[in-house]
Amino acid sequence: MIAHVFLLAGSLFVLIAALGIVRLPDLLMRMHAATKAGTLGAGLLLVAVAVSAPETSVMARAVATFVFLLLTAPIAAHLIARAAYHTGEALPWTHTTVDELADDMKQWPDRGEKVSEQHPPVRADSP
Amino acid sequence: MSPTPVFKVVLSAPPDMPLVSIITLCVLTAAMALVVGRLVRGPTLADRVVALDVLAAVAIGFIATYVVGTGATALLDAALVLALVAFVATVAFARFVEYRAAPEEVTP
Repeated sequence: MIAHVFLLAGSLFVLIAALGIVRLPDLLMRMHAATKAGTLGAGLLLVAVAVSAPETSVMARAVATFVFLLLTAPIAAHLIARAAYHTGEALPWTHTTVDELADDMKQWPDRGEKVSEQHPPVRADSP
Repeated sequence: MSPTPVFKVVLSAPPDMPLVSIITLCVLTAAMALVVGRLVRGPTLADRVVALDVLAAVAIGFIATYVVGTGATALLDAALVLALVAFVATVAFARFVEYRAAPEEVTP
């Protein structure tokens, strides 16, 4: 019974995520729908499995999948957003007025570069 | 024994699958159709990568719903592997989006 409530709630969240993917005007807003509503929807469906599971091992697998989703969704979203922003593919909506990252990069231009900690870039004036 | 309802025959769902699972599967199918629409329309590669990510989440939801409806718990392993592959694919695509724009700047 509780599992059925989770099933309906989860499918509703996935539907909302899909609607957001289709309707929202630019990439970053679409990711806002996809990352949060999508992950929560799939997670609720997995919780439904965990609640209705006959054995502990099944429950553990469902919970493990949910935890994995929760851990990887922010990382994947961050990587896509970063790549799309720096290549100019994020296509900001024409009504967006605040771009704090652009202001930040004007103030500290070094932050926009792809600097690796292990291999710092060699400068011409370094000894 | 009661006769199998018509909608279960039409959907070719297992006869003992509860109605809630069938409704959930229908909602997930609608969601998947919408996401595929975005996947086809684009307009950029990053949009398509995001759509693929959501598509994987919807597929995981499909598997979870089917497990609840039928009790075929062996399918849960497929859900876990699907989550893993979707994550790796997204990371690889993000690297590719960056590499395509500036091949000399991205170091492995």
